Amino acid sequence: MFPVAGPVAGCREIEGSAMHRRKFSPWPYLLIAPALITILAVVFFPVLNAILMSFQSYDLRRPSQIRFTGLANYATAMHDPLFWQALLKTVIWVAVGVGLQFVFGFMLALLLNRKFPGRGIVRSISLIPWVTPGVLIGLMWRWIFDGNYGVLNDLLMRLGLIHDKIPFLAQQSTAFPSVILTIIWQGIPFFALMLLAGLQGIPEELYDAASVDGANAFQRFFLITVPSLKNTIFVTTLLRIIWVANSVDVIFNLTEGGPAYSTQTLSVYVFNKGNTLNLGYASTMAILLALALALVAVPYLKKLFKAQEESR
Amino acid sequence: MSGRRRSRGRRFPRTVRFLRALPGYILLAVLLVFLLFPFYWTFVTSIKPQKELYGSTVTYWPTEATFDSYRKLFSEYNFIRPMLNSLLVASVTTVISLTVSLLAAYAFSRYRFRGRKFFMTLFLTNNMFPTVLLLIPLFAIMRRAGILYTPSALILSYTTFTIPFSIWLLNGYLDDLPMSLEEAAMVDGANRAQAFLKIILPMLLPCVVATGAYVFMTAWNEYTFAVMFTNEGNRTIPVALKNFIGQLGVEWGMITAGGIITIIPVCIMFFFAQKRLVEGLTAGAVKG
Repeated sequence: MFPVAGPVAGCREIEGSAMHRRKFSPWPYLLIAPALITILAVVFFPVLNAILMSFQSYDLRRPSQIRFTGLANYATAMHDPLFWQALLKTVIWVAVGVGLQFVFGFMLALLLNRKFPGRGIVRSISLIPWVTPGVLIGLMWRWIFDGNYGVLNDLLMRLGLIHDKIPFLAQQSTAFPSVILTIIWQGIPFFALMLLAGLQGIPEELYDAASVDGANAFQRFFLITVPSLKNTIFVTTLLRIIWVANSVDVIFNLTEGGPAYSTQTLSVYVFNKGNTLNLGYASTMAILLALALALVAVPYLKKLFKAQEESR
Repeated sequence: MSGRRRSRGRRFPRTVRFLRALPGYILLAVLLVFLLFPFYWTFVTSIKPQKELYGSTVTYWPTEATFDSYRKLFSEYNFIRPMLNSLLVASVTTVISLTVSLLAAYAFSRYRFRGRKFFMTLFLTNNMFPTVLLLIPLFAIMRRAGILYTPSALILSYTTFTIPFSIWLLNGYLDDLPMSLEEAAMVDGANRAQAFLKIILPMLLPCVVATGAYVFMTAWNEYTFAVMFTNEGNRTIPVALKNFIGQLGVEWGMITAGGIITIIPVCIMFFFAQKRLVEGLTAGAVKG
């Protein structure tokens, strides 16, 4: 899905607007009903369905054999070397991908926070990767990485860094680093955008005071900038982890998970299994992925609750 | 380091200040080249003649620029078809998602009711579920409901996925408009609906447009659901682009030309909606 931040803090309460606090009114419930019904039908009902499917042998190629098999799919996953490999790939994909998105995004935010002519335009343009469809990102980079006609090989050869063309996406040793480079490229603008907004909220006086006290640039960065952005960093990183772990389109359009499953993260594995119509096993792995992601989603939602409490 | 030097920098003459900032600008330039080069490369590829595309040397500007790929895209591959499909899906999704979200956002912003916090949180958790977790059961459900391989399947999915964030954005914008505006109108005899339509909606319009741009971009760009829920007749642009990778090879001229056409509308929308989207997006994180 198009990566836009989910809500990052609770709603604001407006003083004196609690017109309907005492008297019961059906209106708010009627107003949220359409949204609620849609979400229950298209999100929560399917999730329940997925849970049910994960306990069944549910293969659309053999529709007559659909039946409950208990934990059989889960047992299969535990003994599936590809599942464990995909899980490991997901961890590396998220850790390295999001980590470097953060580093370069932070760098870009700091640089864009300076005043220079044309800053507005530079800022808008540098965000374009963020609104580019994942398919196109995958395909654009697939062309750049191409082993025969790819521009990356040509650039590296012109710079004298390599002598023979490298089939970046066709060999196992380079395919995974290449897809990670692509996801880093996609995520830099989002971090830059969020952190830049955070930077602009830090009062200038803090820096002036620190300078007077003799703090150098590094001290100012680690004692003022980083602590002030703590919440922004926390929230954006968690959100980004969830999106990157769930991302299918970039990898699928670069390599489809290959060569020899070397770029197959758990999301891509589930997607490929879904394409072969083995829906029971695909659901099982999707649920295991959801459970793993809950490790990230729960602290995020807790933070959200806390922010909501505090705004009261 | 953080650009906060300018307050101290005033003590130095202009050139010294410039030289001190220079490494930063060089780094910025490098990052920008990294971020933008793929787009340049896509465009250059789209205007290269076929034989230069697969020539022995890589050229950084076509010796003979041509729009053949674009012509072929529409004449031979009927690219207008997926474009119209995408336009249909994205527009209908935008209208429905905005209507539904606006109603809910109004309730969250203007009423204090039992379960308000619970429902808000319920909407927020929506975006935490892995895409692939929903994909599989929805495929089965849509199939049983008989709307698989119709635009409705995509419209229903995209509407649902965009509702939570739309509600949250609109709720934030609504909270910024004081209640007294409507109260004044209601004292003058208007009812709630009239006060909303006549007073609030016109003031909210730029924010509604920005939220709409987000919904439209999401629906326009989405691939994972589109590839599962469409067939030949109603596939959207992202699926059509991927289909240029065939058994016999990859049509890079078509992919790049189609890609350029795809991102132009979203870029234009994004530039107009950018300011308000960023405001809505960052309000919570920055404050929090």
